[in-house]
Amino acid sequence: MFRPMRDVASAAALNFTFDGRALQGRVGDTVAAALLANGITTCRETPVSGAPRAPYCLMGICFDCLVVIDGVGNRQGCLVPLTDGMAIETQHGRRHVEEVEA
Amino acid sequence: MNPSGNRNEGDVVVIGGGVVGGAIALGLARSGARVTVLDEGDTAFRASRGNFALVWVQSKGFGMPEYALWSRRSADDWHGLAAILRDEAGLDVAHSQPGGFMLCLSEEELDKRVEMMRRLHNSQPLTDFPYEVLDHAETKRRLPAIGKDVVGSLYSPLDGHVNSLKLFRALREACVRRGVDYRPEHPVESIVPREGGFAVSGPWGEVRAGRVVLCAGLGNARLAPMVGLDAPVKPSKGQIIVTEKTEPFLHNPMVTVRQTDEGGVMIGDSQEDRGFDTVVGQPILSTMAERAVKMFPRLAGLNVVRTWSALRVMSPDGFPIYDQSETHPGAFVVTCHSGVTLAANHALTLAPAILAGELPEAVATFTARRFHVPAHA
Amino acid sequence: MTPLTDIGLLAERYDLVVVGAGPAGLSAAARAAELGLSVLLVDENPAPGGQIYRAITTTPVKDRAILGEDYWRGADIVGRFERAKASYAAGCTVWALGSDEAQPELFELGLSLGGKARMIAASQVILATGAQERPFPIPGWTLPGVMTAGAAQIALKGSGIVPAGRTVIAGCGPLLYLLASQLAAAGAEIVAVLDTTPKRNWSKALAAFPEFLRSPYLAKGLKLMAQTRRKLRFVSGVTGLAAKGEGALASATVERGGASETIACDTLLLHQGVIPGINLSSAAGCEHLFDSEQHCWVPRLDSWFASSVPGIAIAGDGAGIGGAESAALRGEVAAFDAARRLGRLTRDERDRQAAPIRAGLERTLRGRRFLDLLYKPALQFLAPKDETIVCRCEEVTAGQIRDTARRLGVTGPNQMKAFLRCGMGPCQGRLCGPTVVELISEVRGTSPAETGYYRLRPPVKPVTLAELAALPQTDGSVKAVVR
Repeated sequence: MFRPMRDVASAAALNFTFDGRALQGRVGDTVAAALLANGITTCRETPVSGAPRAPYCLMGICFDCLVVIDGVGNRQGCLVPLTDGMAIETQHGRRHVEEVEA
Repeated sequence: MNPSGNRNEGDVVVIGGGVVGGAIALGLARSGARVTVLDEGDTAFRASRGNFALVWVQSKGFGMPEYALWSRRSADDWHGLAAILRDEAGLDVAHSQPGGFMLCLSEEELDKRVEMMRRLHNSQPLTDFPYEVLDHAETKRRLPAIGKDVVGSLYSPLDGHVNSLKLFRALREACVRRGVDYRPEHPVESIVPREGGFAVSGPWGEVRAGRVVLCAGLGNARLAPMVGLDAPVKPSKGQIIVTEKTEPFLHNPMVTVRQTDEGGVMIGDSQEDRGFDTVVGQPILSTMAERAVKMFPRLAGLNVVRTWSALRVMSPDGFPIYDQSETHPGAFVVTCHSGVTLAANHALTLAPAILAGELPEAVATFTARRFHVPAHA
Repeated sequence: MTPLTDIGLLAERYDLVVVGAGPAGLSAAARAAELGLSVLLVDENPAPGGQIYRAITTTPVKDRAILGEDYWRGADIVGRFERAKASYAAGCTVWALGSDEAQPELFELGLSLGGKARMIAASQVILATGAQERPFPIPGWTLPGVMTAGAAQIALKGSGIVPAGRTVIAGCGPLLYLLASQLAAAGAEIVAVLDTTPKRNWSKALAAFPEFLRSPYLAKGLKLMAQTRRKLRFVSGVTGLAAKGEGALASATVERGGASETIACDTLLLHQGVIPGINLSSAAGCEHLFDSEQHCWVPRLDSWFASSVPGIAIAGDGAGIGGAESAALRGEVAAFDAARRLGRLTRDERDRQAAPIRAGLERTLRGRRFLDLLYKPALQFLAPKDETIVCRCEEVTAGQIRDTARRLGVTGPNQMKAFLRCGMGPCQGRLCGPTVVELISEVRGTSPAETGYYRLRPPVKPVTLAELAALPQTDGSVKAVVR
């Protein structure tokens, strides 16, 4: 869990949701950083054992910060800039793919 | 590695520790033989690590009906092999035989396949080989996830699949538990007939045994002539894509798409004659990806986690080579490009026959002598 | 600098494509552009700086003392790049690099930006993909609440956030002290700094000490160490470490001098040095060697950072760990050589112009060896206890790997991967590869160099099937697939 430092430059707030909860981040945050800053401790459950995981490296190599962003699963939260109105969800195990009508 | 010395190591030396060598070694050990497996190391060419994991019967045997029968027999016996591996290795290799589809993306593809199946079934007594030609609607009824570009399919209830990496491991595990002496990093340089048996040697030393079985894949081409055998096999490159794990949606195997028990979707496959080159190339990956997405549009958004290419072990006509040496009885060669499909036959039928000293009638057609018969006019 | 935000805006072909916008990539791209090359700099992050100068243009951290003057130096490097005539694609991944089949004198790069993939061509390529933290597998390291020390630093630079609650920092290496002091200055509650540096390393490192005395690190390092030790609880000689908790970190168990201590904590930050990231260079076919002093795989390079694949150079920490200052200089050296290979500079001109930079490079690397030897991790943190998860993606333990190596005769990581799935997950072995090699080496009594490494292939970054499917095909590819 993380918290903001006392003395930081002001930045515009961004609204987003995590599993339906309304939260706020800042311009310049990645999705993973915004989750950490909001005290989110677990962002996914592994597809192998269902164990909870959280962002680990924050630099794009560990794939432990995988989340569902606007309906797209297994996205690396540490590489995606947070944008206003994003709907972020816990990645539960294997990637869910919507049935496609073709 | 210490040199292994000159002891007589057991009854049989199997050269090659892949799926073919593993199945033969397990079958030999189950028949009571003392077996030594000589294998290469981590970077060997290994079709066993790169195959598509089908246990496939449909469409096999064009030009050699015995191959259809042989494949069918293995598909039948695969249930028994899976049970043996569960008992002896404690591993479930995720074998199932739910029936397989060959999806076609154009009328031309479908017509070509239908014609091939018609000719295959005309020319031989394949009454036990049920298959159906399905139109789009019927294919869709059976496989709701297909896309509109699938014009039709061929279906056979005989087809199945397995987790071939689990198979590879289970064979090794069962062999080791049966006391097979598995020796990695033991490349073979020479095989010399000696005192009614064979001396097999490499930079690591020498082992001797009464029988030797060549299961070295592409390496068989070099080894076979040392004991009066012939295995003119060549590499045929195949590339495969695998996606991240996704929820189960595809129970049946397709020729080029299947979902593994772990959840990843495997997408195959290409065929190129490129010697021993195993580089993965974007245009082929794109062709395979495009076709897979047309077959199953829901795959579009999945991330690719791995790609690879591996080398099939192809004989001149694509069929297996099974032989015992005429000049040096006791030396056998077992080579094929369908080591997964044929694993049950190799373990349960071929291995006991090798130990008994005579190959079964069912494989008489697969002798390499077929390559030396003058072609008919 | 021209930012390109849509993949369609990229040119078909560049003289030079640089991958990675840390100090090496920024300097390489800037220098090459100054030499008149057409240059594209590609980086997967949203803003330039790499990890060391992470968020240098956007950080909300106002007090310059917190991140230190070394960090702010990154602004000049970015500034120079911004003034250069080069293109820059941020948020763009490189998932493939190989020779172009149709035009073998060119390289082909598979890129992905904004959900679309494209293949572009380059005459020369400089990989400046940097380093990653060396995996630090301990029991419980997969628990939420445990992260790398570098991750905490990235969160601090990028978002101005610090760990809330009790924080423990553990491991070894010069960055450990830097991070401890940065986080403490930023207001984190650091309850302990656990130093795992093996005491016996000192005797080996002493031989390299005289050179270290002339190192630019010395003064800085001593000051940092003194500060950290004065202000924080500092525990040296740590020989065992485990993270404990149900579903999330609750405590760290520390072994030291035969005794065990449990420290309740909310965050555990792990760090035992950095190693080159080799996934892209390996997949591109560059040869790698095991450097026994840095104890990691490094690409085989010549003195201009050219790899074994002619036309691909590797600069920055990806060339072997040298630190931020040397990274920037290495990038420039590689850029001079790229210009020479393109015929824009003669060999003599290249040598003359690069001479002062090479001299500077030598200075920045002075003393490095002492640090490598001193901070080489202890064996128990490279090849951990059996219950430790080694492959985080597929959840494979050290015990499974040892058992499979021992009983099933597995001699290398590729066969291990086939049998246990370690390295098959989305991280593509980045977090387990070194450990798997270490464990196999331990069982077999071989060196990591003999054991080898995973064979890596594209895509080395995620790319979707739809993206792949939309790329050009050839008659040959169709013929090879539709049979």
